[in-house]
Order: sequence, then C-alpha cells, then structure tokens
Amino acid sequence: MNSLGTVAPRKILSALFVAACALSVALALVPLAFIMFFVVSQGIQSLNLDFFLHDPRPVGEPGGGMRNAIVGTLMLTGLAAAIAVPIGVVSGIYLSEYRGTRFASAVRFAADTLNGVPSIVIGVFAYGVAVLPFKHFSMLAGGLALGIMMIPLIARTTEELLLLVPNALREGALALGATRAKAVMTVLVPAALPGIITGVVLALARVAGETAPLLFTSFGNPFFSTSLTQPVSSITVQVFSYAISPYEDWHRQAWAGALVLVSIVLICSVAARMATARVARIRGGQ
Amino acid sequence: MRSRDLGFRLSIGAFAAALLLIVTAIGFELARQSWLSIQRFGFDFWRTSTWDPVAGEFGALPFIWGTLYSSILALAIATPVALGIAVFVSELCPPVLRAPLIFLTELLAAIPSIVYGLWGIFVLVPFVRLLETWTPESMRALPLFSGPPLGVGMLAAGLVLAVMVVPFTSSVAREVLKTVPMTQREAAYALGATRFEAIRAAMFYARTGIIGAIMLGFGRALGETMAVTMVIGNNPQVSLSLFAPQYTMSAVVANEFTEATDALYLSALVEIGLVLFIITLLVNGLSRGLIWTMARQVPSKVAA
Repeated sequence: MNSLGTVAPRKILSALFVAACALSVALALVPLAFIMFFVVSQGIQSLNLDFFLHDPRPVGEPGGGMRNAIVGTLMLTGLAAAIAVPIGVVSGIYLSEYRGTRFASAVRFAADTLNGVPSIVIGVFAYGVAVLPFKHFSMLAGGLALGIMMIPLIARTTEELLLLVPNALREGALALGATRAKAVMTVLVPAALPGIITGVVLALARVAGETAPLLFTSFGNPFFSTSLTQPVSSITVQVFSYAISPYEDWHRQAWAGALVLVSIVLICSVAARMATARVARIRGGQ
Repeated sequence: MRSRDLGFRLSIGAFAAALLLIVTAIGFELARQSWLSIQRFGFDFWRTSTWDPVAGEFGALPFIWGTLYSSILALAIATPVALGIAVFVSELCPPVLRAPLIFLTELLAAIPSIVYGLWGIFVLVPFVRLLETWTPESMRALPLFSGPPLGVGMLAAGLVLAVMVVPFTSSVAREVLKTVPMTQREAAYALGATRFEAIRAAMFYARTGIIGAIMLGFGRALGETMAVTMVIGNNPQVSLSLFAPQYTMSAVVANEFTEATDALYLSALVEIGLVLFIITLLVNGLSRGLIWTMARQVPSKVAA
C-alpha cells in the first residue's frame, strides 16, 4: 500500500465498496417492493364494501368479509391504548424529569427490556394472568397483552420528546413560582403534545399488526362480538387462520386483510412523518 | 425539595414503577407456570429431542436448534446488507436521498409480521421451492442441501427473517456511525486514504456499537414468531439441511399453546417461553450495553 504502483487497486477496491453499499440498499428495497406489489395487487381484488360490512361466511359460501375482525382490532387497540397511554406517558414524564436518578435508569432499562421481549412471550404472560384464572379467552386478555407491548414504546417517545422542549420554558415556569407538577402539566407536556400523540399513533399502528400475543388471549371468533369477556376476532389472527387454510376464497380474504393492515401502518407512518416535519418547521421558525 | 414536589415525584414514580413490575411479573409468572415441567424434566428438557405430547415426553432440543439456526442464518444474510445500507445512508448517499431511504427501510420494519408470513407462504416459498429443484444433484449430496425440495423449511425462514432484521440492524448501525467524530474521517482522508479506507477506519472506531447493532438484530430474529411459523415447515428435527422443514421455539408455542390439553404439556410450552424470555433478555441487555458503551466513549452527541 505504500508504493505508487498500488494506488489503482486501492481505488478500485474503494469503488467496489461504494458499489456494494449501493447494492445492499437495492437488495433491501427489492423485497419491500415485492411485498407491496403482492399485497396491493392481490388484496385489491377482494377488497370491497362487503369486506368491511359483512362477517365471515361458512366455507363454500362465497362473499363475506371481516367486519367482526375489523371491529375486534379497533376495540383491542383501543383497550391497549387505555392501559398503555396513562402508564406510558406518565412514566415518560418521570424518565425525563428525573433522568439522572438511579430509579430512572432502572425504569429505562426495564422499558428497553420490555421492548425486546418477543411478543409471543407477552402472549404467554397475558394467558397466565388474564385467561387461565378465568378459564376463558377474552378481549380483555388480548387488550392487556397489546397494552403491555405499547407501554415501553410510549414511555420512551414521551421521554425523548420532553427532552426536546427547550430548557428555558421549564426554567421560566419554575422562576414564576410554579411547582414542578404545574410546570410539567401546563408548560412542558403541552409543548411536547403533538409529538407525544404521534408516538401514541405509531405505537397503535405497531400493535394493530401484532398476531402472536393474540393467538391465545383474545383467541378469535367467527362471529361478531363486542363483549370484553368473550373471545374476539382480530384482522391479524383472521389473516393467519385464512392463510394456513386450504381454501382459495379464504386466501383472497387474507390478502385483503393484509392490505388493510399495511394501509393502516402506511397511513400512520406518513401522518407521523408529516406531523413531526411540521413541528420541526414551527420550531425552526421560532 | 418542596413537599409538594416530593408528592408529585412519588405519584408519577408509581406509574414508572409499573414498568419494573411488569418485567418482574413476566419472569415470575413464566417461571411459576413452567415449574411442573422444570421439576419433571430438569435439564434433560434441553438435551432430548422427543416431543410426544400423547406420551407426556417433552424434549425441546429441536426447537432451540431451529431458533438458533434460523436466527444465525438470518444474521449471516442480513448483516452485510444492513451495514451496507447504514454506510450508504450515513456516509455515501446524496443528502436528498437520505430521508426517503431512511423512511423506506423503516417501512420494512413497520410491515406486520403476519404480512411477511402471508407473502412468505404464497410468494417466497414457491420461489424457494424452484431454487431447490434447480439445485444440481452434486450439491444435493451435501448435508446442507439434502432432502426433498419442499419450499417450506430453514432456507425460507432464514430469508424472511433476514428481510425483517435488516431495518433494525441498519438503523442502529447508522446511529452509531453518526457518533464517530468527523475528525476520524478527516484524519484518514488527510493521510491519503480512499473512501473505503476512511469508512473502514470509522467503522473500526465504532466497532463496539456495530456489534451491538448486530446483536440487537439477533435478539429480534430469536423472538420473531408469525412469519417464521408460516414458512419453516413446523417439523421438530435437528437437521443441518437448509431444505429441511424445522421448528422454532416461538413457532411451537404459537402453534400448540391452544392445543395443550394437560397441565404438563402447557407447562412445557411455557418453559420454552421462559427460556426465550431469558435468552432475549441477555442478548438485548448485552447489545444495549455495547451500544451504550460506544455512545459514552464518544465525546459528542449520544446515540441509541
């Protein structure tokens, strides 16, 4: 590498490296394009109004939809949010307000740990605490499992967004004689609120796509149900059971369900991106 | 500290304590539910391969094998690609492309596992089957490629997992590369380094964090359930073959949990969940430790 004669091979190597990096981007985008193409092209064929307005029909009878599963997913995620938003947001406030403390580090570690726990394991846990004692699959158990998954996501985003609020705002509030609670509730949280809501929406989108924790908590239900104590269907579990079934018609419905799921994720991420971009613009304009 | 502030701290601290409580409760509950199986089989549970619920014999070796094999395979495929993306996005690409590329790779992470599984069953598996039938006879003699071309099996699982792991590894690696001081690269360039050599120096500087990023991807792959369940073939066997249908820990829990009719069967499945919990805890803890160490040794901005 130290004589002039070796300059060219080094440059070639460097160019090859750059090409390899560009190639790996292409390699990752190919499956993305393939998945999107198949989900949209297969899903769109079976996605019609009936899909949203009808419950599943028995095998062999064409038509039918996933109304029960769509309502089920909405209720399950709503339940999850009801559990996770208070705990997640308040924990996030603690993490940012008392960030240097030992307890905060422990909580942060617990949040990251929980975030890494496989969703199926959370399902087993929810089964143990919310299904086994009642000997009954239920929407509550499913909502609990999803809620547990959401808590660390919300806590960490809340913490990050509160840390972004300029310190002058906090100092201003405290200087005016506000208590810590008052400063947090009336100044800091409102300032970070758009971002926190974005974080909650993203967390909702993420758990709406979860299957594994629902398999043995909310279980599934071929009928329409809104009861908290009864098993309930969800889009993901329905897609799973349709996908592994031998029926052509159910496969089509599974693709339609997948299209709905991907649309939810896509809409939420784009909306979140636009919201954060807006916040950044407003901040920048200050 | 004013007493009102102390009250505030204690009350919001109670919410934060819920997080600690949940993690502890998960470990405790899983241990409690699997106690029956732990007592009955002890360490043999992880050394034997007979999985016969009817006879009440449970050996989980094939599941551990399948989980490790599929995750390592996924890592082997995903790591070079993920690092390539991280380098391209943070070091090489024109600034205009940066945000869209980050968005697209993050989209890959946001697609639900079940959608990957559906795509796996109907698109990837037929494709893998085609690949397998094309494999020349001479290669089929190797243990790595033995067995009939079914399509479902270790190769399909490794490929799906690889696609799912790439965005995690690449986004952390990107953050880690961002923490490498610009002076590192400038010094390399000043010494006459090519682009590759400068980036290699930066990556060497960031090696701790990059290993952390790879391990984080490993943690994801270990616990991934639905997509793998749908394409791996669900056959408990210890086989080296990429073509063989196998089984993973998460897949057996997903498939058999609701069918577990007696207490011992259920307990054995929960024990698999417990071990999965412990393994992911260790892997994630270690990877976060590495990323954190990396972030701390860098004087500038903190990542991860």
